[in-house]
Amino acid sequence: MKLNKKEKPTPAISTASLPDIVFMLLFFFMVTTVMRETDLKVKVVVPQATEIQKLEKKSLVSYIHIGVPTETYRAQFGTAPRIQLNDAFATPSMIAEFIDKERAARSEQEVPLLTTSIKADREVKMGIVTDVKQELRKANALKLNYSSSLRTEVY
Amino acid sequence: MARPVQEVNAGSMADIAFLLLIFFLVTTTIDTDKGIAIKLPPMPEENQPKNDIRIKERNVLQVLVNANDMLLVDGQLSEIKELKRLAKDFIDNPSKNPELSESPQKAIISLKNDRGTSYNIYIQVHNELKAAYNELRDARARMLYGRGMDQLPESRQNEIKDYYRQVISEAEPEG
Repeated sequence: MKLNKKEKPTPAISTASLPDIVFMLLFFFMVTTVMRETDLKVKVVVPQATEIQKLEKKSLVSYIHIGVPTETYRAQFGTAPRIQLNDAFATPSMIAEFIDKERAARSEQEVPLLTTSIKADREVKMGIVTDVKQELRKANALKLNYSSSLRTEVY
Repeated sequence: MARPVQEVNAGSMADIAFLLLIFFLVTTTIDTDKGIAIKLPPMPEENQPKNDIRIKERNVLQVLVNANDMLLVDGQLSEIKELKRLAKDFIDNPSKNPELSESPQKAIISLKNDRGTSYNIYIQVHNELKAAYNELRDARARMLYGRGMDQLPESRQNEIKDYYRQVISEAEPEG
């Protein structure tokens, strides 16, 4: 008489709960996902820095891209660095309007928490960045972030 | 006699869910934006009288960057890698040099750049100044509490941040 049950065929693992597990994962990603809403028309390679902080709330950040137009747009817009707001090229004078729109889209409590992140290419000159800064000051959008990536090597 | 209701086959549910899952996995962007956070000074009001607050020269560290990305710190030609050490010396002034700041609270760093300065250098300058403050704060945290800044409760952190208050004044652009 055999006492150990090892001789019995092992029962197949039930996959009935698999859809539930997958759905749970699916909902997690659906909730956390943020679709890229703008496609970049300017080439941006952000500068590297060591003392960087994370921006906590993605929904409270408005982006201003500054850089040289990508090849598709070069024939039309030239090779001088330009500002991109949302989906279109812009001039510094359009920033005030852009900030107003960003504010209008948020609730009143969130407006003071709004941060503007400047994603500028490391090759651009300060002239254009200064113009943007001045416009932001005029619009009273004072929380600013210079987007940069982490530099690991120290000099 | 009612016909028995036919069950919908749920066997392919998992496949559909997987397909959606993969779609969201691919389109999702987890990476958050990182960068150097600063606060801009409010725009001076039009009719506001120019307040000429006299600040002793020893309490101001002049950092100038010209269009050729050359760095001038308090009148001395300098390099980016020197800036952190110079800033730390200036803020803390451990040797009580009469040319450097009286106390860390009175120290002001004045930053001026040209329109032709490259953005990269501007960020590096900001980065080095921030690094100087962060290192000083961390050193003080270790001296007082034996722990680094990131391990202290917020009240202590603010206390130290108040001691080494970061004041970077950027010159108004000309023209």
